[in-house]
Amino acid sequence: MNVPANLKYTKDHEWVLVEGDIATIGITDFAQSELGDIVFVDINTVGDNVDKEAVFGTVEAVKTVSDLFMPLSGEVLEMNSGVETNPETVNKDPYGAGWMIKVKLSNTAEVASLLSADDYKKLIGA
Amino acid sequence: MKNTALTEKHISLGAKMVPFAGYNMPVQYEGVIAEHDTVRNAVGVFDVSHMGEFILKGENALDLIQRVTSNDASKLFDGKVQYSCLPNKTGGIVDDLLVYRIDEKTYMLVVNASNIDKDWEWISSFNTKGVEMHNISDKTSLLAVQGPKATAALQKLTDMDLAGMEYYSFKKGKFNGVDNVVVSATGYTGAGGFEVYFENEYAEKMWNDIFEAGAEFGIKPIGLAARDTLRLEMGFCLYGNDIDDTTSPIEAGLGWITKFDKEFTNSAALLKQKQEGVTKKLVGFELVDRGIARHDYQIADAAGNIIGKVTSGTQAPSLKKAIGMGYVSSGFSKVGSEIFIIVRDKPLKAQVVKMPFK
Repeated sequence: MNVPANLKYTKDHEWVLVEGDIATIGITDFAQSELGDIVFVDINTVGDNVDKEAVFGTVEAVKTVSDLFMPLSGEVLEMNSGVETNPETVNKDPYGAGWMIKVKLSNTAEVASLLSADDYKKLIGA
Repeated sequence: MKNTALTEKHISLGAKMVPFAGYNMPVQYEGVIAEHDTVRNAVGVFDVSHMGEFILKGENALDLIQRVTSNDASKLFDGKVQYSCLPNKTGGIVDDLLVYRIDEKTYMLVVNASNIDKDWEWISSFNTKGVEMHNISDKTSLLAVQGPKATAALQKLTDMDLAGMEYYSFKKGKFNGVDNVVVSATGYTGAGGFEVYFENEYAEKMWNDIFEAGAEFGIKPIGLAARDTLRLEMGFCLYGNDIDDTTSPIEAGLGWITKFDKEFTNSAALLKQKQEGVTKKLVGFELVDRGIARHDYQIADAAGNIIGKVTSGTQAPSLKKAIGMGYVSSGFSKVGSEIFIIVRDKPLKAQVVKMPFK
């Protein structure tokens, strides 16, 4: 299972790339493999301020649906239109072209609460 | 939890295993969409050994079957299969099943894994005329070999003329060197192919030889997830989702397997439903708005009144759109009716369509 060392993670299987006060967020390789073929990424919080751990969208796989949780509080700046038109990108490239949203963080101190790659590996037993 | 004779095989092939109806079953191997496409376009193999098989034997076997099932089993002849259901006494369905006529006095009933005990007790309770009943579920393996290349692949393993077999017919004979194998031109995928019944001890050999025979056609193992998307595209009911102890065969659109030229459990009340109409009906629908319907989501009319409930829903891999089935008030059951599926508190527009889905 691929768990890049330069990213931060959550127990809800999201990854976060923090650059200054901007965070790019997606779901992990483990999450996409558990969900199976993803057919719809439904995000309608662009422009909203969303609290840490609140739902910012949902991801629909053929067999199941799962909520997407904010790893950090902030304003959802944009969603990846690529996963809107080609949701299978999330399966193929979860850490690259399959990113989901960009967020302007309202409290960068929250970053300290995220899991490191090693912590996340332990969580998923990788 | 029970294993089938092939559980270890599935694990060794890297399948994701899930508990299903008390069995440890493969839900997917490489991915549900790829597996679905394999069955639609080539050939795939499902281990459905969890299904239950009962043998009913004796002078009164047909009488008993006629009494407990809704379809007319007197129309069967040797080598013919019939889709049917077991109505309960209160307007619901105990199970749906296949009835095989092996000979005039011998029948095989194939039932859902989750209902094996319930069905056995149910049928036994009507067996007042000494029909011999054998539950062979635990010693019987069943492989569904489905898809347009299934005939060509399996023909290599038998002298039976597979291409000449009609849908819903079967033969019992030598297959892959094993005697008394039942090869049945059935399956719940709409892709064509066969279901092959044999004793557990031959399971590994059968699996390996079928895969060798199918290699040139790209044969692959298929999990339960793709079985569900395949059957749903065809509008086939799944017990526990679309039909259950509370839904009548008339409401479920199974009037075609409910024959009133004989008496069976609850037939008088079901006849009344057929004549006077029912208040809810199972329909197929297609999402117009983007989203996916799931089991138990509510269905509303344009004004927001709740008119029913989704029983099955998925993104259909072959059709590339979101489809589903559900019960709606009869006023909304006509093809073309506009309905709304409540997805995460949001009404998504959908349209009642004919099944199989296109």
